[in-house]
Amino acid sequence: MHTDQLIACPTCDVLNRDQDVKPHTVARCARCGTVLAAPKSGAMTQIAMLSLTALVLLAAAAGFPFLELRAQGLSHQASVLDAVLAFSRGPMAPLSLATGLLIVLLPAARYSALIYTLAPMALGWRPAPHAAAAYRWAERLKPWAMAEIFIIGVAVALVKVSGLARVGLGPAFWAFAALLVVTILTDNAICRLTVWKTLKSRSAS
Amino acid sequence: MENPEKPQRFLTAAAAGLAGCRACGTANPGDARACTCCGSPLAAAGPASLQRVWAWLAAGLIAYVPANVYPMLRTTTFGRSSENTLIGGIAELFSHGSYGVALIVFFASIVIPVAKFLAIAYLAVSVRRPAALGSHGRLVLYEVVEFIGRWSMIDVFVVAILTALVQLDFAAAIAPGMAAVSFAISVAFTMLAAQSFDPRLIWNAESENLNDHA
Ligand SMILES: [Zn+2]
Ligand SMILES: [Zn+2]
Repeated sequence: MHTDQLIACPTCDVLNRDQDVKPHTVARCARCGTVLAAPKSGAMTQIAMLSLTALVLLAAAAGFPFLELRAQGLSHQASVLDAVLAFSRGPMAPLSLATGLLIVLLPAARYSALIYTLAPMALGWRPAPHAAAAYRWAERLKPWAMAEIFIIGVAVALVKVSGLARVGLGPAFWAFAALLVVTILTDNAICRLTVWKTLKSRSAS
Repeated sequence: MENPEKPQRFLTAAAAGLAGCRACGTANPGDARACTCCGSPLAAAGPASLQRVWAWLAAGLIAYVPANVYPMLRTTTFGRSSENTLIGGIAELFSHGSYGVALIVFFASIVIPVAKFLAIAYLAVSVRRPAALGSHGRLVLYEVVEFIGRWSMIDVFVVAILTALVQLDFAAAIAPGMAAVSFAISVAFTMLAAQSFDPRLIWNAESENLNDHA
């Protein structure tokens, strides 16, 4: 048997036969149950559209204020940019950089890479140059893109300052909430091995 | 030689002289250095990857100590300054009656990091010696660790948000403490430890044990 017809399970290394899987069914590794293929009709279009939505939401979430604080006649608004710059004073500068990376830059990079890889697939075109490298990076960035974790942080902060002052929600709060949903939808729509298989077959044809 | 108790013997790519890619599942020729499909570097699941796991885990553990000792936040209200450690912040939330939020922070900052240290160490140790938990159990443990570890960052973001938000001159101001940095570093290091662990090792141990007993 030629090695093209085999899939080495990414989790347990067992060789599985690469069967043609019907849309909306799932092929799993015989030993560990890892999903090897889960083709869905229109999945590429769906992921590309979701990624585009996420990018727009991310821009809104970064720019607008997410909380407003009022106390003693003073008021103060904070956007993500402010939160990132909050650490830039004093010895906390690396933390400021890390926060900016985790909340804005890495999620933006991941969604851009997803669009770059999958939009040509969705349109039925040949993969863009270096699409494989772009998708590999999108997968590597996944655990480090933490925009959806930030919203929980905002919720906790809201409770913490509620004793100190009156707090109002800004537009970015809702952008982050929507981003949480879009991120979950995107991650559920992506089947890594199916994307690789599509990439491989499209670049060969 | 064959163990009659085991109904199925599985052939791994490594046993077949091939190099399986952990990113895309391509079975590459055994001598390939990078995957022919996706370009990911190929490395056999071996002791080298375990060494990296232990190194990142130790670094994460070391960074977790100052994260608990030093203040996370420095709050100044009307000229009076107070400092809050990680546990102090949770206790304060609890005393204010915000049990739900206190519980979230307690899980994200204490339970998840500690459970993660133990889980990764257990996974790394059980590669070498027979484990109480079967292969499937350990795989589930690995997947839970991978999924849940990043949520520990919540408290770092809380500190960033509070610092940015609470800048009301004399009335109230919040500044981050040393613990915020070490906690962020600790979470990042343990995430790297989890990512360095090669799940194929879980099953390698099983097949070696089978050979021993056969
Ligand atoms: Zn498997
Ligand atoms: Zn590959």
